[in-house]
Amino acid sequence: MPDMVPMSVAQPQERQFNPYSDNGGTILAVAGANFSVIAGDTRQSEGYSIQTRYAPKVFRLTDKAVLAVNGFAADGNMFVKKVKQRLEWYRHAHSKDMPLRAVARLIQSMLYARRFFPYYVYNILGGIEEDGSGAVYSFDPVGSYEREACRAAGAASSLVQPFLDNQIYFKNQTPAPGTSHPAHLALTDVLALVIDSFTSATERHIEVGDGLEMYVVLAKGSPLQGLELVQGVQEMSTTTDGERVFIVRRNLKRD
Amino acid sequence: MDHSPMNWGRPRNDAVDLYGTYPIPQRPYNGSKGSFSAGVQHTQQPIVTGTSVLAIKYKDGIMMAADNLASYGSLARFKDVQRLQAVGDYTVIGASGDMSDFQYIQTVLDELMVDEFTAADGHSLGPAEIHEYLSQIMYARRSKMNPLWNSLLVGGFKDGKRFLAYVDLLGTTYSASTLATGYGSYIAQPLLRKAVEGYEDVLTEEEALKIIEDSMKVLYYRDARSLNKYQVAKITAAGTSISESRSAETIWSFAEDIRGYGAQTQ
Amino acid sequence: MASSSVYSSPGFDFSNQLRNNFLSEKGLPLPKATSTGTTIVGCLFEDGIVLGADTRATEGPIVADKNCEKIHYISESIRCCGAGTAADTEFTTALISSNIELHALHTGRKPRVVTAMTMLKQMLFQYQGHIGAALVLGGVDATGPNLFTIHPHGSTDKLPYVTMGSGSLAAMAVFESSWRPNMSRDEALTLVKHAISAGIFNDLGSGSNVDACIITATHTEMLRNVEMPNQRVEKEKKYGFRRGTTAWKRETVKSLIVEEEITHVLGEAMDTT
Repeated sequence: MPDMVPMSVAQPQERQFNPYSDNGGTILAVAGANFSVIAGDTRQSEGYSIQTRYAPKVFRLTDKAVLAVNGFAADGNMFVKKVKQRLEWYRHAHSKDMPLRAVARLIQSMLYARRFFPYYVYNILGGIEEDGSGAVYSFDPVGSYEREACRAAGAASSLVQPFLDNQIYFKNQTPAPGTSHPAHLALTDVLALVIDSFTSATERHIEVGDGLEMYVVLAKGSPLQGLELVQGVQEMSTTTDGERVFIVRRNLKRD
Repeated sequence: MDHSPMNWGRPRNDAVDLYGTYPIPQRPYNGSKGSFSAGVQHTQQPIVTGTSVLAIKYKDGIMMAADNLASYGSLARFKDVQRLQAVGDYTVIGASGDMSDFQYIQTVLDELMVDEFTAADGHSLGPAEIHEYLSQIMYARRSKMNPLWNSLLVGGFKDGKRFLAYVDLLGTTYSASTLATGYGSYIAQPLLRKAVEGYEDVLTEEEALKIIEDSMKVLYYRDARSLNKYQVAKITAAGTSISESRSAETIWSFAEDIRGYGAQTQ
Repeated sequence: MASSSVYSSPGFDFSNQLRNNFLSEKGLPLPKATSTGTTIVGCLFEDGIVLGADTRATEGPIVADKNCEKIHYISESIRCCGAGTAADTEFTTALISSNIELHALHTGRKPRVVTAMTMLKQMLFQYQGHIGAALVLGGVDATGPNLFTIHPHGSTDKLPYVTMGSGSLAAMAVFESSWRPNMSRDEALTLVKHAISAGIFNDLGSGSNVDACIITATHTEMLRNVEMPNQRVEKEKKYGFRRGTTAWKRETVKSLIVEEEITHVLGEAMDTT
């Protein structure tokens, strides 16, 4: 039979160790005029299994900086640990918290330092700049970064980002004649959009669900802007006279 | 799905889906790509392996179980191996995966505990510290492309607080009120979650033991690399204790009534 | 080197295998089909069979259908749950259902479950696993209740309780810990609901609702969405769009009303009575 191929030569078996895994989940951040919202779901999965229903992906770095990490969880946790360590060293050296734009540049350097054995992690940094404006910085795994008004990353980023483009950048929406779109949304509107993003991602992406953690960073001296009315809000900041950090938690579907 | 510890951490071969039953999720590919792939070769493969470890939180602390089998491929090679180990006064670790790597981990932890003891500074390592230490070792070894081929559970009780967490050959860590490694994460975890989630603070020792025993029995029914001889550890305010080996009562009489696999009736 | 032989060996044609392997190595994999990464189960009880299924269909990590039907009709008292490639499960069960109906008309008897099982396994074996259907077949016939699993390569199992799909281990754990011989109808239905729920909440390939089907000698009851533990929550905002939101470049107005003028020609009108 000339056209038969022996099965033994058809598929060479890969035996190398794979140091990476994908632990699912999605993160998202939105910058307002004087606030920033950074959110992530709390499911950690591998393949088709839920490893845990509560593993935080969003971390408070300082009172003005919050970092969300998504991708390979072991790399993510290690990366956050190292960033926190560098920020502590900075605090000891300079008696103040590192400014947000400096944290962003630091993260770039730390990611690019591992260019040829990358942290398999997408980072989104949110917080308040020195001028009091809300800011979001998003990174790729090897350190390319950009300041933006909003960004989604992780498993369901391709579902969430177009929604954000439409609702926050008002893409494909013509304003009513004689009006223009607002440059910044109100905090309560942003929180509603973030919650809706995650409930929708939970509906259509199998790796998103279980819980939602939203961090809100407010600029120094900024009013609460309706945050005091949000149910279950908790303050995380160390002082109340500087920038302030709050957390809001919600349940997501568990299937 | 490939549950064999021999294949943990290896890239899936997407071209082969034995039963075509499961859509295979995409994983990042990191296999050899070029001419340098034959450079430094660290990576061994697990040889003598242990299967699942289970653990749950309950009212008084943590309960953990693992069977006494160490397999050599599909051969049930060693049937009296202890896979639960107390570390210090507050912690028990349970290991699945390569048994020689586990013995190395035990050596490392023994040295650590001796070092801490000789410091005599009035501090002692609790489960959280031991888990952190272990995860740093596991992550460092994976980063050297020379992993310790294990999935480990760390359970403990210190200062009135329960602790239960997982770490594996990739350095991946997580924590929950019920945990299981290997096949146990597919078979036992659904049972454990149903029985424990929301009842962590009310389950008595007897109830916890019943849950563990039932799960170990189901694992023995369905995991071909398991043994009906296992130990149960409990970690409470009173310290750690690891039971003698025990076995679950099993029923096989249903087999008498099964006639063939298809149209046969006799 | 190039063979000009026109000889073709008997049996399957593997001539494209080398090319296909080469193409997939070069990063052109075969298209992935919609799959029902699934939990499906079946179990015996005192007077029949209970089948169960979740209702999530997936395309990779995306949920393609949140409420699909995985319990397919074979005959009045034979039903079949399908896991694997959605199209394959739908077409194989539909084909066998037709053939079973013809077979019943031909023999003048109620069809048997083993007949359907044999037709399915022979078809799947013929296709050597390329039809990705993993099935749970159950029903009641002249010989009593029958329950089978059929794997994509054509092998079958006959057991008192069975599970299939990516949630099969979660569901089987429930059966192994709670199934007993001769359960009542309600006990069996509750058990099946628990087994499917174990898949829904622990396996990412399974989700949404529980479907069940109770088959007895006299009656078949299809319980569609018998449990709905994953209802969508209400959104925080309303997403209506103002008229005129979508931009346009050109505006043309066309009259779609057809205007015609009727001119009567001389002569008698047609007799239309």
